[in-house]
Amino acid sequence: MSAFGLALTPMKLRQRRVLPGFGLSLGFTIFYLTVIVLIPLTALVIRPFELGFGGFWAAITTPRVLASLRLSFGMAAFAAVIDSFFGFIIAWVLVRYRFPGKGLLDALIDLPFALPTAVAGIALSTLYAPNGWIGGLLIPYGIRIAYTPWGVLVAMTFIGLPFTVRTLQPVMSEQSQDVEEAAATLGATRAQTIFRVVVPMLLPALLTGTAMAFARGAGEYGSIIFLAGNLPMISEIAPLLIITKLEQYDYAGAAAIGVVMLAASFVMLLALNALQSWAARRR
Amino acid sequence: MTAKFENPTQDPVALRLVLSVVAIGFVALFLVLPLLIVFKEALADGLGKAFNAIIEPDALSSVRVSLLAAGIAVPLNTLFGISAAWAVAKHDFPGKTILVTLIDLPFSVSPVVSGLIYVLVFGLQGWFGSYLLDHDVHILFALPGIVLATIFVTFPFVARELIPLMVDQGRDEEEAAISLGASGFSTFCRVTLPNIKWGLLYAVLLCNARALGEFGAVSVVSGHIRGQTNTMPLHVELLYNNYDYVGAFAVAALLALLALLTLVFKSILEWRYADQLAAMHRH
Repeated sequence: MSAFGLALTPMKLRQRRVLPGFGLSLGFTIFYLTVIVLIPLTALVIRPFELGFGGFWAAITTPRVLASLRLSFGMAAFAAVIDSFFGFIIAWVLVRYRFPGKGLLDALIDLPFALPTAVAGIALSTLYAPNGWIGGLLIPYGIRIAYTPWGVLVAMTFIGLPFTVRTLQPVMSEQSQDVEEAAATLGATRAQTIFRVVVPMLLPALLTGTAMAFARGAGEYGSIIFLAGNLPMISEIAPLLIITKLEQYDYAGAAAIGVVMLAASFVMLLALNALQSWAARRR
Repeated sequence: MTAKFENPTQDPVALRLVLSVVAIGFVALFLVLPLLIVFKEALADGLGKAFNAIIEPDALSSVRVSLLAAGIAVPLNTLFGISAAWAVAKHDFPGKTILVTLIDLPFSVSPVVSGLIYVLVFGLQGWFGSYLLDHDVHILFALPGIVLATIFVTFPFVARELIPLMVDQGRDEEEAAISLGASGFSTFCRVTLPNIKWGLLYAVLLCNARALGEFGAVSVVSGHIRGQTNTMPLHVELLYNNYDYVGAFAVAALLALLALLTLVFKSILEWRYADQLAAMHRH
């Protein structure tokens, strides 16, 4: 096969494209991308600036908008850290250990991907309400989760978990255990091996998963609104404020928050790409 | 010596036990409990009440809207995914990396922003708002808007699964078919498609689950007209906010069953066609 491929090489140089359908497939791809994604996103980016940059700045620096952005991004960061910690343990257990029911545990991890966010929202709200299974246990200690900012954290942790587990898992299972043996033969304790050999090797995947969980959490809406109570300045997330502004026909104001969130997702996307090329270089 | 030998890459029994308990406990608390409560609440007044809530006309209408939206969005995105993967994997052209990054973009956009962009294009104060009003074309608060929002949020699903898979498979087989005189279409149907069919099915499955379950984006564009433009997740929200908990959880349970079914099929595909799917996730 490879000899045949080699023989073809000079021909390929003359005839630039061997396989047909390039124009059609790329044309349709770019057309569809433009209509569905690029034009509407342009409409978003332009909209808030109809009031000039000053108007845009004024729209996003009101205390209520700032509070909602701080809540969405702050809690998303907090949730991503929780997810990376427990995601690491879960991925480790799934890759390294053998126990009955492991397949079920593995399949369940994707539940937040598959379960509609509204369903997750009403379920979490029922669980964490003061009379719910979990909320009821916490009330005697004065801990309230539903209808407070902590509800935002719980919902974001729920939806972010698969991202950290699923980015770590394939890297962990591909990682050769030779280096751990080498560390052990050189006299390292198990803890030293884990924290100075294993974890640094998994760092790119861990950061990638954390960044993805953060991005997903910051933009999340469905699972949060049922649980958070949605009090302005306290537990009102940025996506909800966008909807509130739309309902008041404040399109420019809604678009201004949308642009900030879009800019944040762009930065995250760039960061993820950088992380991936860093990981590729280390391999 | 064998009796004393401890495998240096294996964690001590106590650590294994602790980590397993933490992993299983976290999954049980954050993923299994919300799932259980959905079915528990749905059946709180018996199976009959839950069943009635699902066959009630407004609920059935929401099922119809959801199926219709997914029925249009998923095939279109599948066609796009195949076309994008064919262009990217089987041809060389400048700007490929940018194209792939742009295809991924909708994943990192908040669902609410995904809905907002179409309001800014088609809404009353949007780019084409007055034109659409003059010509009595309804896009927002009608099915076309719901379909557009669903297409946007599920946009990358098929493309991002197929691109790495088809890059991995290379071009040799297609080039051989073409050089033996096969047409482009029959090369695709008889060489490429059999190679990617399981990956394609996997991607369509996930795309469909997200399309049926989308809440935030659809919530912005649907207008929440009961019995007309409510999808299943929106119907859940409506019933829940009207304190009809049995009804809300009954429809939610239907969605949860769909999610579980998706996970079962996904696990079967992952287990049965591990080789092909592994190629997609290595990247």
